[in-house]
Amino acid sequence: MTEQTLFWIFAILAGGGAIGVVILQDIVRMAFSLIISLGSTAGLFFLLGADFVAATQLLVYVGGTLVLLIFGVMLTASGPFRRIRMSTGETLLGAAVGLLFFSVIAFTVLSVNWQAVPSYREVAGSPSKQTGNTSRAIGLRLVGIPADSTIGLHGGRGSNTGYLLPFEIVSVHLLVVLVGAAYLARAKRRESTDAEPEDA
Amino acid sequence: MIPTLADTATTIQSQLEGWELSESWAMFLAAVIHVALVAGFFGLPAGIFIWSERKISGRIQDRLGPTRVGGKFGWLQALADGGKLIQKEDLVPADADGPLFRLAPYVVVVSSLAALMFLPFSDGWIAVSLDIGLYLMLAVMSLEVIGVILAGYASGSKWALFGGMREAAQMVSYEIPMSICVVIPVITAGSLNLNEIAAMQSGWAANWILFNDPFTFAAFFIYFVCATASCKRAPFDLAEAESELVAGFLTEYSGFRWSLFFLAEYASMFAVCGIAVLLFLGGWHTGIPGLDTLLDGPRYASDSFVFGWLANLLGFTVFFVKASLLVCVQIWIRWTLPRLRIDQVMMTCLKYLVPISCVLFLGAVVWPLVTLSFTGHTTWGSPTGNRAAPTMRLESHGNSSTPTKITPLAASHSSEDSDQ
Repeated sequence: MTEQTLFWIFAILAGGGAIGVVILQDIVRMAFSLIISLGSTAGLFFLLGADFVAATQLLVYVGGTLVLLIFGVMLTASGPFRRIRMSTGETLLGAAVGLLFFSVIAFTVLSVNWQAVPSYREVAGSPSKQTGNTSRAIGLRLVGIPADSTIGLHGGRGSNTGYLLPFEIVSVHLLVVLVGAAYLARAKRRESTDAEPEDA
Repeated sequence: MIPTLADTATTIQSQLEGWELSESWAMFLAAVIHVALVAGFFGLPAGIFIWSERKISGRIQDRLGPTRVGGKFGWLQALADGGKLIQKEDLVPADADGPLFRLAPYVVVVSSLAALMFLPFSDGWIAVSLDIGLYLMLAVMSLEVIGVILAGYASGSKWALFGGMREAAQMVSYEIPMSICVVIPVITAGSLNLNEIAAMQSGWAANWILFNDPFTFAAFFIYFVCATASCKRAPFDLAEAESELVAGFLTEYSGFRWSLFFLAEYASMFAVCGIAVLLFLGGWHTGIPGLDTLLDGPRYASDSFVFGWLANLLGFTVFFVKASLLVCVQIWIRWTLPRLRIDQVMMTCLKYLVPISCVLFLGAVVWPLVTLSFTGHTTWGSPTGNRAAPTMRLESHGNSSTPTKITPLAASHSSEDSDQ
């Protein structure tokens, strides 16, 4: 009952925030509305007992929106509270893409037999009984130990290679992007000497 | 098992259910009680620290500070300040973006209040105990800057906008070394659960993660600098530099909304100092095993709820004194050092703190391997308490249970410890 109430509060906030992003015209208000929407989604994750996903949602998505907010402030600094106006063509195109995406998601949701899907309580245990152990399962899975096995029971690394290697590759890739961005954005001085290292 | 606050919640809830309340009402009331406790703790340290800030700054500047309100030492100065601020007019400038301007203080307050929910005040006193408590706490605390930027933007004033943008730049850069320094004790302790990290540092003060190795020792100071910067305290208070920006993002605020920003600032000062105490300074342990046993005694004197509560209160006192001392150091720094320039602030972070913290991180990773080859275990000295043998399930209280050893190397060594 309480969980239902909380679910509806978060769901309405998430949906309302998403609508606000589309309807509002001030870019900072839009960003704030996006923060509300993403933050409520984090709340929904908490309700489902997925603490780690919720915390990451807060840190990555809500924190990432922060950067959007900063850019919004910087880009609109020429005039206070600049409005964003869209042409009719853009509105129509956006609405068409949105409807298409919505229908794909709606089709997927409706095609699942939700009665047959086990409740998350049966899968992960009730969140009120366990004190946030969902992150441990994610961490173990990352190094190749399935959540439903005890350590070393299945033994070996045969089929369970885990996601550590893909994770590291993505991390290194991001690092390369960071270094590249810093290289491109650096202050360009002494252009005559800069030309030489390119040959080397 | 030691009851945590989460367990108490179910007991409060079941207690309420025993009084013929429906389950949802009992859950609601139990939640209200917990939120009220945390919210009370949001206001209480703020009152204490506002008074001590006035008193300490007075002494540093060779003044007396408050002397009249509430007796000789001006104990009630914070309340008088609050009374004065509430009476002031709640202004919204004509150029401001009204709704965002009104909302911004609450964003700041909510994030620093929510961060306190994941902070263990004592062994059993934590509102939400999670495996990833520290991660979540940092995630929530990083949202505070959104309110500051909103306040700066929505004020419709150039000073406020400058202040907000400075705060954004400072926050985004200082979070990097701060997070790296937080990870160092995490890899030393092997847990993100603040309760477990603190429980691991029982025994003598040499067991504190601060003294674990030179890298954690240095990491504490880097963390403290970054934490001071993340609370926008002087010498990093560029967002409200009154000599250049009038009052930065606070320029257009007055009355209650203005005081909300400061309540949040003092609460987050306490929160970051609390994290420092839990990660580096032994949490609620005094550093003297005998004294700890004495303070923890009531927990075993009786099964009664009151005795466990008393033990938690004593642990809380130790924790609160440690964290308050760190807050006093922040106050001391604020009134001693001049404010940096914005370029100096950014340079300090990006050119010094980030590389130093990266080196410390690598050092802290390598350190256990080095000590393992010399001493046979992962710490430099002969560890006492829980650190002697890493246990699967940390049972810090009571000598009855033999710990489950998980690493074979530590197990071979700790056999001689357990013989003593």
